[in-house]
Amino acid sequence: MDINIFTVFILAVFVGVEIITKVPPTLHTPLMSGSNAISGIAIVGAIISTKVGGELGTWLGFVAVILATVNVVGGFMVTDRMLKMFKKK
Amino acid sequence: MINLDSILYVLSSILFIIGIKRLSHPKTARSGNFIASLGMLIAIITTLVSNSTVNLELIAIGIIIGSVIGAFFAIRVEMTQMPQMVAIFNGFGGIASALIAAAEFLNPSEPLLSFSLATISLSVFVGTLTFTGSFIAFGKLQGFISGQPIVFFGQQFLNAIIGISILGLSIYIVLDPEQINIFYLIIAASAIIGIGLTIPIGGADMPVVISLLNSYSGIAASSTGFVLNNNALIISGALVGASGLILTNIMCKGMNRSLANVIFGAVGLEQTTDSGSETKQINIKSYSTEEAAMIFDAAEKIIVVPGYGLAVAQAQHAVREVAEFLAKNGKTVLYAIHPVAGRMPGHMNVLLAEANIPYDQLKDLDEVNNEFEDCDVALVLGANDVVNPAARHDSSSPIYGMPILDVDKSRTVIINKRTMNTGFAGVQNELFGYDNSIMVFGDAKEMLQKLLKDLKEL
Repeated sequence: MDINIFTVFILAVFVGVEIITKVPPTLHTPLMSGSNAISGIAIVGAIISTKVGGELGTWLGFVAVILATVNVVGGFMVTDRMLKMFKKK
Repeated sequence: MINLDSILYVLSSILFIIGIKRLSHPKTARSGNFIASLGMLIAIITTLVSNSTVNLELIAIGIIIGSVIGAFFAIRVEMTQMPQMVAIFNGFGGIASALIAAAEFLNPSEPLLSFSLATISLSVFVGTLTFTGSFIAFGKLQGFISGQPIVFFGQQFLNAIIGISILGLSIYIVLDPEQINIFYLIIAASAIIGIGLTIPIGGADMPVVISLLNSYSGIAASSTGFVLNNNALIISGALVGASGLILTNIMCKGMNRSLANVIFGAVGLEQTTDSGSETKQINIKSYSTEEAAMIFDAAEKIIVVPGYGLAVAQAQHAVREVAEFLAKNGKTVLYAIHPVAGRMPGHMNVLLAEANIPYDQLKDLDEVNNEFEDCDVALVLGANDVVNPAARHDSSSPIYGMPILDVDKSRTVIINKRTMNTGFAGVQNELFGYDNSIMVFGDAKEMLQKLLKDLKEL
């Protein structure tokens, strides 16, 4: 078991808490849709699971690619759409 | 070992962090979102290049289908429906992680160690729970399922049994990975507990639930990262998990509720009428828009308090027109936004931004509460519980202790409502009977349009 990946995880949680508490309430909805897009990082795993070999695994990976792409594309696009609306006087 | 792809994964994680960091101000936020999307592109390309055995055709088809669906949602969704969209996307993120873990279990690239088996179980559990829970949340928000909490005798006991079973089954699968049926049982039980944990939560508490499910989708991605030993997944999942958890906490504070109370409290359930007899009679003053216009004319500082009722009435543009007219006549106009004013964190701000209301006029609870003392008119539009002074002093009130906007400290409070119905918490608002309170009944949009006409005629 690799202890390094736990270190990475714990540090990432701390970084996350640190930067996200600085996001003002005005931007909390874009933060949520933006983090939806970032959780689409599952696409990386989905791509790996389509590796030629296992039948069932490949198809599960295929479905995961579709769903994760929906998150990535939809998430970033709708966040941009919202952020465009925020204007100063 | 250092190789190019792990460096590129670190780079994409750094871009995600910079992207979120730039969300700390509306001016830099848009570029932040772009930077994060660049990070995603780098991660995807790195994965494609460094894994030569993947099925490129299937991936291309999957990405095209996913892009079309995602773009369609992103372009078409109404801003009022953002909570539903985020709920669905949380669900997709969760189930994607669960599918990847399942693929790794069924067709492992190398013999699975106990640690991998444990993280696969975790990933499948959290991912599937997020999926079914998100769709219940979506159904409640969209009105497919009653917003009322669905409770039955022994519910928490049943959930506990299922939870313990999942833990037991997971231990079993770690010890004996040959048992495929046990694995399917974990999936089924996780799906059931996702539903079981979400149905007893009332519609008004959905902002907390989607924030929490947002966090879960991140945790699912992170545990999939543990399965695949991939830092990009671990880091990004941790960021999303932290974000969802912080927003959950903010929403709970906004309602003065603990997370346990939201999840297990079944708040919003029709209370047995124990307060019916002791409901205090309140005397209200009802004004016409003409009379209200005269009060506005004499005012210098005006604070608008929008609630979700405003969005339901589609009155955001109407309120902006009124506010612009007042500002043009030399009056100061601010908007006071309560953390739970919308249906998800920051929802009201987006709805007002969509109506071209500048973000620098939108003030949150902490910023705005001492502004009411020298405010001439507080205009309350479709908000109820968040301005109920009972939260400050009446310990018997269900909303006691909830942070509220102190509109009652203004010289005059003008409240627009359709009817005298109670708010989400089901309590009558004593503010309506205060000496400095004036009610203007009617649909928010019509009322504001009439008010604007009357203001211009003065």
